[in-house]
Amino acid sequence: MTDTGDLPRGRLIPRDRAAHPVARDVDYKTSVGRSPDWPLLSMESTASEETGPRFGHSMIGPRDNNLIENYPGDGLAIGERIRVFGRVLDENARPVPHTLVEIWQANAGGRYRHVKDGYFAPLDPNFGGCGRTLTDAEGRYEFMTIRPGAYPWPNRGNDWRPMHIHFSLFGSGFGQRLISQMYFQGDPLIDLCPIAATVKDRSQLDRLVASLEMSAARPMDYLAYRFDIVLRGHRQTMFENKPEGM
Amino acid sequence: MTMRETPSQTAGPYVHIGCLPEHAGLARFYDAQVGASPIATGAKGAEITITGTIIDGMGGLMRDAMIETWQADAAGLFPGEPGADPAVSGFARMACDADSGAFTLKTIKPGATGGGAPHISVWIVARGINIGLQTRIYFEDEVNGSDPLLSRIDPPQRAGTLIARNAGPGAYRFDIRLRGDGETVFLDL
Ligand SMILES: [Fe+2]
Repeated sequence: MTDTGDLPRGRLIPRDRAAHPVARDVDYKTSVGRSPDWPLLSMESTASEETGPRFGHSMIGPRDNNLIENYPGDGLAIGERIRVFGRVLDENARPVPHTLVEIWQANAGGRYRHVKDGYFAPLDPNFGGCGRTLTDAEGRYEFMTIRPGAYPWPNRGNDWRPMHIHFSLFGSGFGQRLISQMYFQGDPLIDLCPIAATVKDRSQLDRLVASLEMSAARPMDYLAYRFDIVLRGHRQTMFENKPEGM
Repeated sequence: MTMRETPSQTAGPYVHIGCLPEHAGLARFYDAQVGASPIATGAKGAEITITGTIIDGMGGLMRDAMIETWQADAAGLFPGEPGADPAVSGFARMACDADSGAFTLKTIKPGATGGGAPHISVWIVARGINIGLQTRIYFEDEVNGSDPLLSRIDPPQRAGTLIARNAGPGAYRFDIRLRGDGETVFLDL
């Protein structure tokens, strides 16, 4: 736990549900039994949502954000070397500093290192598939990794996940908690994917597609993809200091 | 407001790799696991254990879900607030058991916060959940009648889905039903 000082507090901006996937989508079959029938109970945020956990640099290891090297062993991960970087901002375009960013992904062959993944693409002995870091004071983060492979999954007759990296984000309040996925510019499988298609607003889905940034790539070493993330923001009012419950 | 929030996507079946590597079979991947316990030695308050399961719309156990919780200390102060108990980090992350489907939270009972009855905030993600589900755990042995959130639940009898039941000394039971009969009240706060 680290006190990170000047973080925004106060009521959260109500969540714009149209910015998000629908909860239930018959083309993503598992969502049918795992989505509530009743509407959500909407209320103004309280201290329980406006505060949240803080994570300090002391818990982050030096290689935690380098998935090419962070799996125990001597060798480097197999695959196309990439740098994934970006900023975490809130809806008010303020950087979200010192917040935990966690990622996980399949290896270059599309196989996860998980007891439940039985896809026959082989595991890479030098790749675990998870990483984490804290954003800096300006909300910036970066990871070194390999580009994950696409993989098939049981849903409709022949569904494949586009290449993607899973992202987990915190912000300063528990109500800002978000898990999402980053896709790769130009991947034709994005338009065929029923999970990507749960986001009905195309301009919102496009925000999950990381762009190739040659200016951030390193010649003879790695390509770079930019993925900026926006978390919920706090309502900005100059003189609001009402007591709780009013 | 100048920017829209990044859309959520499902955490998928392999969320554990990124969030609970040991549960995925990646032993001792990180030096420190995020959310291993919401309390440290010496935390003030009554130690409690909350156990439950998550049941989907077909009545099946959700063995692949991940749950996170956030709470105040025994005095109702959140970590970071002046005077908060330094032994309470307030945050826990746990997986449902891959066989039994059960989750277990060992913590201290939170105090009442700013007009609300004592509660623990809960966030659930899994394969098939496109955006994380928020709910709360209240306690049947606390005064819940005037809690502003519980009072708004309509029909009122659904409020019972947010109340953990006593299950012995220091033990509570809290089952979550995602859809259908006895569906838990999920929140948009
Ligand atoms: Fe995935």
